[in-house]
Amino acid sequence: MTTPLTQFKSDTKESTVDFDHRKWMQTALKGYENTRGGVEETFGDFDQAKRTGAAIKWEAIENLDTLLEEMTQNLEARGTKICWAGNGAEAVDYILRVAEDCDAKKVIKSKCMTTEEIHLNPAMQKAGMEVVESDLGEFIVQLRGEDPFHFVFPAMHLKRNKISKVFEEKIGSEPSNDPEELCMIARSYMRTKYCEADIGISGANFGVAETGMISITENEGNARLTTSLPKVHIAVMGIEKVIPKLDDLSIMLPLLGTAGAGQWLTGYNSMIGGPRQEGEVDGPEEFHLVLVDNHRTRLLADPEQRDALRCIRCGACLNVCPIFKNIGGHSYGTTYQGPIGSVITPHLRGLQPYKHLSYSSSLCGACSETCPVKIDLHHHLMRNRRDAVVEKGGTMERFAMRQFSKVMARPKLYRSCEGLMRLGEKCWRPLKGKKADPLKAWTQTRELHPPAPKSFHKQWKEKQQGKS
Amino acid sequence: MSKEEVLGRVREALSVPSHPQVRALAGDGIRNPREARKFMPPGGDTFEERFANFSRLGEKLKVEIHLVPTLSAATDAVLELSKSCGWKKVASHHQPLTDVAVPGLAPEVIWMEDQPGTTALESCDAGISGCEALIAQTGSVLVTSKGSGGRALSVLPPHHVVLATRDQLLPDMLSGYDLLREKYGKNLPSFISFITGASRTGDIERILVLGAHGPKRLTVILIES
Repeated sequence: MTTPLTQFKSDTKESTVDFDHRKWMQTALKGYENTRGGVEETFGDFDQAKRTGAAIKWEAIENLDTLLEEMTQNLEARGTKICWAGNGAEAVDYILRVAEDCDAKKVIKSKCMTTEEIHLNPAMQKAGMEVVESDLGEFIVQLRGEDPFHFVFPAMHLKRNKISKVFEEKIGSEPSNDPEELCMIARSYMRTKYCEADIGISGANFGVAETGMISITENEGNARLTTSLPKVHIAVMGIEKVIPKLDDLSIMLPLLGTAGAGQWLTGYNSMIGGPRQEGEVDGPEEFHLVLVDNHRTRLLADPEQRDALRCIRCGACLNVCPIFKNIGGHSYGTTYQGPIGSVITPHLRGLQPYKHLSYSSSLCGACSETCPVKIDLHHHLMRNRRDAVVEKGGTMERFAMRQFSKVMARPKLYRSCEGLMRLGEKCWRPLKGKKADPLKAWTQTRELHPPAPKSFHKQWKEKQQGKS
Repeated sequence: MSKEEVLGRVREALSVPSHPQVRALAGDGIRNPREARKFMPPGGDTFEERFANFSRLGEKLKVEIHLVPTLSAATDAVLELSKSCGWKKVASHHQPLTDVAVPGLAPEVIWMEDQPGTTALESCDAGISGCEALIAQTGSVLVTSKGSGGRALSVLPPHHVVLATRDQLLPDMLSGYDLLREKYGKNLPSFISFITGASRTGDIERILVLGAHGPKRLTVILIES
């Protein structure tokens, strides 16, 4: 049976030996680090800006109930319909009902990780609708039948030849080796899709309580087209995305652009506060906002880790993570990859089946350092490890740790074990990594440094004696 | 679930106070974005400073910026653009600047107020609009559904041309929000967007390509008087 753990093990076994791919990823992410560094310098003080971002999101999390009420009341006053979805299934049901009411056949989507989380696309396709992802990266992985590789750069693992091939196979275009030509193929294919779509579905990067708006950040313009042209617009948003004031966006949007893509501000930062209003020349007739809990309140209930809800999904922690760089996004087997995914997935999907993600970290802390809203990511990975053991510790592990602490507390016992270890190491060395090696799983890809000929204790003793 | 059930879950979760260690990590930042202005990039105090910032960022973003002395010079500039690009059909909306600059610009002109429909707008060579403001700090054009010809005019045609006057060049995003509050009060437009450069993507091998889904070109014509 495949469990998240067995899938993780087999995927990482494959991805870690693909050296070309690892090199490709590292070059790409180095490029990101360089451009981001340049943009950070244009701030008077980037660290201060991060602190302000953290303070804004923290206030939002600690006042989530009142802010959600304020935001939805303001939205409703201008004709928005709100759905409160306790879990993914409820959100999907609501969206399918809206689709049925307007007799929708064709759906255009802009990038929205929450819809990946609730598995919206398969449900809509099963109900007989055509669903097209309009973000270029999402479109490419959709054609390939894959999950996004990275929640900000969904197709970063693919080189142009693979993209050309999937376009050729799935939408009948001519092969091309030029990124610009490939973009134009997608552009012209998508144009008719926008015009024909009955429903546009988008995500939301922020919700503004004060004015009753959602805010969408993008570069391509696909989200603007998705939310402008179809008669019905549905936005799907996690409940933690709300912020108190309109002014707060003046900090949050540059932080998101800088940390996410190394851009001071992304191409389009749009706010939507309802369907088309009186006196406006176009825009959807209906606007629905689906607010999704889907276990976010479980994370909120954790007094040590609720700051993880500050996350603005910029993806910076993935880009700097030495594990992500080497195992890639698909190995995680989760909607949210990288350090933030390893922190929140155990809360969203269950601690025991996803606890291994908290161990797939070197605890170097690069994620916490880069996070634009200062989430304590690497400590949360340790908290997840602790919680997993407290909840269901392994008997062998507990036994071994108990013996270990006994030995460490008794110097004489420790010294006698030291001799045994030396002997053991000598006998084991010829077996290293071979079939008969009991430690094979660990040793076949790792080196164990041979013990020093003399222990520190012995050396010290001899030195002291030599002195006297 | 109902609204009350979801909010009930939120309240129950928040009934346990946050761990001091976690609280400490967010406790020391300046909360007010207006006070935070001092460590954000500057917009500029005078028109000259703002224009310098706006054009520096615009150049990086490949925005074509023309500073012209009068409205009639702006009209000439758009007409020249139309001739050099061979525009056959353009779309616009009614406001003081476009009402002067747009008529006679191309063999066919459609106006958003006449509700031309998506297909007609899609076949236009350019969309010419006014804007709410230009933002010096970010190099952005601030548009809204009420003040800039709706939602689609500034994104569907392949070339977006913006007409603006000197007093519309504001220092930063916050001054943009102030302007919207002043102008519309509680009744804000249903759509507000900061347009920062032409449509772009880096989704294929992180190579920058302009004109992903929206306009391939963005031209700003700023009138000095």
